[in-house]
Amino acid sequence: MNIVKNQNGNKLTIALEGRLDTTTSPQLESELRTALNGVTEFSLDLDKLDYISSAGLRVLLSAQKVMNKQGKMVIRNVKPEIMEIFDVTGFVDILNIEA
Amino acid sequence: MDELTLNARVEDLDQVLSFVDSHLEQLNCPMKIQMQIDVAVEELYVNIASYAYATVGPVSIRFEVEQDPLAVFITFIDHGVPYDPLKKPDPDVTLSAEERQIGGLGIYMVKKSMDGIDYEYKDGQNILRIQKNIG
Repeated sequence: MNIVKNQNGNKLTIALEGRLDTTTSPQLESELRTALNGVTEFSLDLDKLDYISSAGLRVLLSAQKVMNKQGKMVIRNVKPEIMEIFDVTGFVDILNIEA
Repeated sequence: MDELTLNARVEDLDQVLSFVDSHLEQLNCPMKIQMQIDVAVEELYVNIASYAYATVGPVSIRFEVEQDPLAVFITFIDHGVPYDPLKKPDPDVTLSAEERQIGGLGIYMVKKSMDGIDYEYKDGQNILRIQKNIG
C-alpha cells in the first residue's frame, strides 16, 4: 500500500493506494500516530483504495476519534465497494464522507 | 476441490488470499464479489491465526464449487481452542465514534456479506464454512 502525504500548515491530506488490510494497516496506523500531531483538518483520499477489511476500519475509527478532538476529518472519493462496507458496518455514520 | 494447509500466521495472509483469488479468477468471479470473499477470508483466517492456538498451529482452507447456481464454499478447519464465531454478538452499528468498540467488526462483516455460514466442532476440530453465490 502506498501512502501519499501532502501537508499545508495544519491541513493534512493523505491519499491511500492499494489495500488497507491486516498486513498494511499497521503502516497507516504508525504513520498517523505522528502525522496527525497539530493537524486541524485531515482529508483522506480513497480514490485509489481498492480494498478495506476490519483492520483498516479500526485505523480509520481511531483517526476519526483523534480528529474529533482536534479538528475535522473528511473522507473523499470512496469506491462503491468500499462504500458498501462503510454502510454495512455503520461507518457511514461515524466517518465524514464527501462524494 | 482444492485445499491449502499452512501454519496459521497473520503474516502469511497473502498466501491464503492468493490461493482463494486464483480460484475465483478461474471462475470469472466479479470483482465486487471477489473483494467480499477476500474480506471474509481475511477476517476468519486472521482470527484463527490470532486466537486458535496458544502459539501457532495449522489451518486447512478448503475451496469447493457448486454449479446451478454457481456458488463457492470455503471451509476453515483448525484444531485449536473450540470457538464458534457465530456466537459473537453483533456490534451496535448505530453507536457514535466515541461509543464504538474497536473490535467485533470482522465476523460481523463476514455475516453481512456471505450468503451462508456454518460452524461445527467435531472430532476436536473447528469447522467453519462460508458460502457465496457467484452466478
